[in-house]
Amino acid sequence: MALGLGCSSRPGTSRANRTGSWRTFRPVFLHDKCTKCGLCVSVCPEGCVVADSEGIPEPDYDYCKGCGLCAEECPAGAIEMQKEEK
Amino acid sequence: MTGEQCSLFESGHRACGGCAAALAARTILDAAGRDTIVVSATGCMEVFSTPYPETAWNVPWIHSLFENNSAVASGISAALKKQGRKEKVIAIGGDGASFDIGMLCLSGAFERGHDFVYICYDNEAYMNTGIQRSGATPYDASTTTSPAGKCSTGNPRPKKDLPAILAAHGAPYVATATVAYLPDLKKKIRKALDTEGPCYVQVHAPCCTGWGFESEKTIAIARLAVETGLFVSYEMENGQVTRVKKVVRKPVEEYLKEQRRFRHLFRPQRNDAEIAKIQAIADRNAEKFAIDIVLKK
Ligand SMILES: Cc1ncc(C[n+]2csc(CCOP(=O)(O)OP(=O)(O)O)c2C)c(N)n1
Ligand code: SF4
Ligand code: SF4
Ligand code: SF4
Ligand SMILES: [Mg+2]
Repeated sequence: MALGLGCSSRPGTSRANRTGSWRTFRPVFLHDKCTKCGLCVSVCPEGCVVADSEGIPEPDYDYCKGCGLCAEECPAGAIEMQKEEK
Repeated sequence: MTGEQCSLFESGHRACGGCAAALAARTILDAAGRDTIVVSATGCMEVFSTPYPETAWNVPWIHSLFENNSAVASGISAALKKQGRKEKVIAIGGDGASFDIGMLCLSGAFERGHDFVYICYDNEAYMNTGIQRSGATPYDASTTTSPAGKCSTGNPRPKKDLPAILAAHGAPYVATATVAYLPDLKKKIRKALDTEGPCYVQVHAPCCTGWGFESEKTIAIARLAVETGLFVSYEMENGQVTRVKKVVRKPVEEYLKEQRRFRHLFRPQRNDAEIAKIQAIADRNAEKFAIDIVLKK
């Protein structure tokens, strides 16, 4: 017999919550300095940095919280944090 | 399949910007892949990932309580075994959940020998309820229940050695890892999943909100913990330490002075006696695990 206890959610539904609105600083990716090392993709706690087919990374500003980790860790200095204009 | 980018732990979760626990969650799932069932204890990771009716998890995931995390994982693992299924079971808890509140069931599950991996993301206090000390809080850290002040230099007790306790249960694989070295973290998660029996991975996960540093410094702080010898990254197989990350050690104050929770050791004046005690903890770690790289003159 099934017990109807608890509650359930559909997988991955957190995407409804656009955390980009939290941002006060915006990471700007300077592609001419980028060595395509992929570090920014792996260190982003939001998982919102994606590299295109050429390996060039770009953040999804709908979700980027502007934490600055990618800019801090980028070995090439190819990410600049700029004050968000709203 | 492993190596899928970001997709198993979705964006839109509500962790603080720069949260190491969130980075750990997505890295762990990246290593574990789709055929994984995750059981979470109460705590930041559970709360920020799953504010009902939303969830960031793209694998089957269950939250029950603090106390019974490992019991739930045991039951799932036993049921999968009975049905001949191959999914992997991961139980995840914070340090409060793992070192303190869920210890009884964690010990029971390891003693019974269930095939699952227990992962503690260790942010060294009860963060989700406002930075109370736990059995994982390091010596002298100021928390809301071990506040530094005129009569106290912060948490008076050393950190509990949970990896050793679980190794003593006969766990075939016990490892410590950190968000400072993500490929190493992935390798250890994979190894734990591929080892039969109860395995334990403790992930050092700096918390900008609770420790008091800027969100972009999360990985730098995690790296300093390793480089000062205050956090040792190692593997234990069948009770023996088999691999250790060696470092050219830095003085502990390089780690301490970056964090608000240790500010009282430097202000209003420097407390050399207490800093020396923390240096002694790092020195003991270095000796016990032989982490020092000796540079040739
Ligand atoms: C039995 C029980 N006690 C206390 C709480 C309140 N509580 C919710 S989250 C939390 C903090 C958990 O700390 P930890 O396991 O270290 O995870 P963190 O929040 O630090 O990630 C506490 C005490 C609870 N939900 N259940
Ligand atoms: S970390 Fe920097 S250099 Fe590496 S891929 Fe990202 S932007 Fe390019
Ligand atoms: S600023 Fe933070 S959230 Fe935004 S892309 Fe960089 S690491 Fe991700
Ligand atoms: S309080 Fe700490 S552990 Fe909790 S979400 Fe914020 S940074 Fe992460
Ligand atoms: Mg904690």
